[in-house]
Amino acid sequence: MIAELGLAALWLAAALAALQLVAGILAQRDSGASLAMLARPAAIMQGLLAAFAFLMLLVVFAQTDLSVKLVAMNSHSEKPLIFKLAGAFGNHEGSMLLWITIMALSGALIAALERRLPEKTMLATMAAQAFVGLGFYAFLLFSSNPFERLPQPAPEGMGLNPLLQDIGLVFHPPTLYVGYVGLSVAFSFAVGALLTRQVTPDFARAMRPWVLGAWIFLTLGITAGSYWAYYELGWGGWWFWDPVENASLMPWLAATALLHSASVLAARDALRAWTIMLGVIAFSMSMVGTFLVRSGILTSVHAFAVDPERGTFILVLLTIYIGGALLLFGLRAGTVSEGERFSVASREAALVFNNVMLSAILGVVLLGTLYPLVTEAFNVRVSVGPPYFNPVGALFVFPMILVMMVGPLLRWRRDTISRLAKPLALVAAAMAVGLLLIAVLSPVGILPLLGLVLSLGLAIASLMPLRGRKLRLLPIATWGMIMAHFGIAVALFGMASESAFSQEKLAAVKVGESASVGPWTVVLADVVPTAGPNWTALEGRLLVSYKGGTAKEIDPQSRNFWAPPQETTESALVTRWNGQLYAVVGREAGPGRWQLRLWWKPFVPFIWYGGVLVALGGVLALIGRVAADLKRRNVKSRSALRRTEKAA
Amino acid sequence: MTMAIKPKHQRLVLILIALAALIGAGLLASWALRNQASYFFVPAQMVSEPPAVGQAIRLGGMVEKGSVKTLADGVTTTFIVGDGKARVPVHFAGILPDLFVEGSGVVAEGRLSADGTFVADNLLAKHDENYVPRELKDMSEHQAREVVAETTGGGA
Repeated sequence: MIAELGLAALWLAAALAALQLVAGILAQRDSGASLAMLARPAAIMQGLLAAFAFLMLLVVFAQTDLSVKLVAMNSHSEKPLIFKLAGAFGNHEGSMLLWITIMALSGALIAALERRLPEKTMLATMAAQAFVGLGFYAFLLFSSNPFERLPQPAPEGMGLNPLLQDIGLVFHPPTLYVGYVGLSVAFSFAVGALLTRQVTPDFARAMRPWVLGAWIFLTLGITAGSYWAYYELGWGGWWFWDPVENASLMPWLAATALLHSASVLAARDALRAWTIMLGVIAFSMSMVGTFLVRSGILTSVHAFAVDPERGTFILVLLTIYIGGALLLFGLRAGTVSEGERFSVASREAALVFNNVMLSAILGVVLLGTLYPLVTEAFNVRVSVGPPYFNPVGALFVFPMILVMMVGPLLRWRRDTISRLAKPLALVAAAMAVGLLLIAVLSPVGILPLLGLVLSLGLAIASLMPLRGRKLRLLPIATWGMIMAHFGIAVALFGMASESAFSQEKLAAVKVGESASVGPWTVVLADVVPTAGPNWTALEGRLLVSYKGGTAKEIDPQSRNFWAPPQETTESALVTRWNGQLYAVVGREAGPGRWQLRLWWKPFVPFIWYGGVLVALGGVLALIGRVAADLKRRNVKSRSALRRTEKAA
Repeated sequence: MTMAIKPKHQRLVLILIALAALIGAGLLASWALRNQASYFFVPAQMVSEPPAVGQAIRLGGMVEKGSVKTLADGVTTTFIVGDGKARVPVHFAGILPDLFVEGSGVVAEGRLSADGTFVADNLLAKHDENYVPRELKDMSEHQAREVVAETTGGGA
């Protein structure tokens, strides 16, 4: 019954999306059309219905209703409740339902809150959102129905991939999806603005908070996903250039570029066509990512099931939406008149440079991700990994970071570099000292070396906009920018430090013996069997001490799940302010000896601290923008009120 | 700055610079891809057209039954990867992946050393029913059955 309720809600939501689309189109001809009144309520209802359908899916998973195929395939009655719930989106159908729910809810949010756009543009935007939504409703209902029943209820579920049975599954996919799919709003805004020829600073101001919101979640989702992969896979790495990681990185790069070009458009009325283009690209990258992950043409831990029919379906959707939007862009870009001009030394120019660099990085990642597919067509099988992505990416990241140091200090429109001679000389001096110190103290590879030095420079430079300003009067959005840029420096420092200074130790030790890695001494105190709700494990009791200090116990495990039968390694971590000890226990290597793999990773947590800082910077910017906007609206309405009073 | 651009042409200049940068990035990326992508080899290819010593590649095949041995240090494992036509000895220092089993498929990332052993930095085994390294999926269609049949003496 509950599954049928969910399915009915989905069909209704799809019907409302169709209504929203028709209403939006008709209103373009005749803005007084009575149907136009229906667009907003339809969008809001659609969001509520999709959310209801998702809730119903959670309920069938919570009850472990084994007559529902998806539950039988992916859940198990003996799983802890939290993983039953999270398991609802740890599979293809459920994650697509989550996708469409977030898409419908973002549509409902713009319908409920967005009042700044001209009504026609707004209706076109909602029509675009509904049009994209319809394709995904069709995909869900016709080829990936999450509520499908089995002819005979299964006696027991097949269980959830143990790698996914982790608290990370509860947070990572929803956060990432909110970011991923939230970008659909930027896409619809761009299409709406192109259709109604309203590419104006007001349009950029209206779009910016929505992009910011999606971007914050995307940043958090990527950060959380990276940390999850780091501790869950037990490989000690934090980024693998897995196609799916790339699929989340690409929309982030595009959205980051979009945020910056939208602020140029909002503040200076320049980069009109470019901003629109990025709005289209950002969500297109989300869709390309979904295609890569869901079609199964690239296999990875994230690919739930391989089904060519689904791949074709998504490919068709991709062609329609991305192709259509780019075609529209091509037809209309010429009619978008050129914005304001600016000189080579200006904040606009710095932002343009960084936009181009971000796009180049996006291109590098996209090519690297698709290359194995291309060679496959010629029957050559390759894989592309860090030896490609790291140096080629760095070639564009490093210049971008240099310009990031200068950009926020420059004035809009026209400025001179000589005005900034003093602060820039300070930053350059700090970098030179850093370079010398590292080169003398401990020689490291060229990429980590440059990374360390640039992170130092950026950390100092990102605080420079505070110089000579009254801190209390500084707009909140500016604080946000400073924090986000500082966060990039922090993350870069963590990445460079991890790659420069990590130490690894692989040893087979008997109980009572010790091994050491970097400043740590690790004693294998005992190996004991232990059990959880749906697994048994061998647990290593390790006594670890930093530079001979007091010992602390950590317990890495090697777990055996029985539904489905699979082994996983559970790493154990000790975090200090200056790094992390990472321990994994392996198999028994001969009688009484156990394999231990240990890493000492100086400053590695800075990677994720940095990610969180970047996201928090986004939150501050969002608060600042929305507050400023409300103020403006208040002033406007008050002056309108005064005018009507005067007239009366 | 003294660089003066005729204002009339600013948009054009911006587009050209952006295009040049992106095309440059594309060319650089394709050049790097050709050099840095790691190619996939099956044991038969390792013998017929061996890769350069030290070049990063991936080797995929079946772990031969009875070939897995742990060396005295307790952490180095040696085994033989075969495809029914050729056999390649592999040397791996590290913790074996959870689903690394004799008679089952594996993809080893690493390089050929001068003495003809393959030194693996990383082993990718089947994760679960849904996750099989892409290369092995093909193999199970074309070769796996005969490979397993040969390495197990017709069993399975």
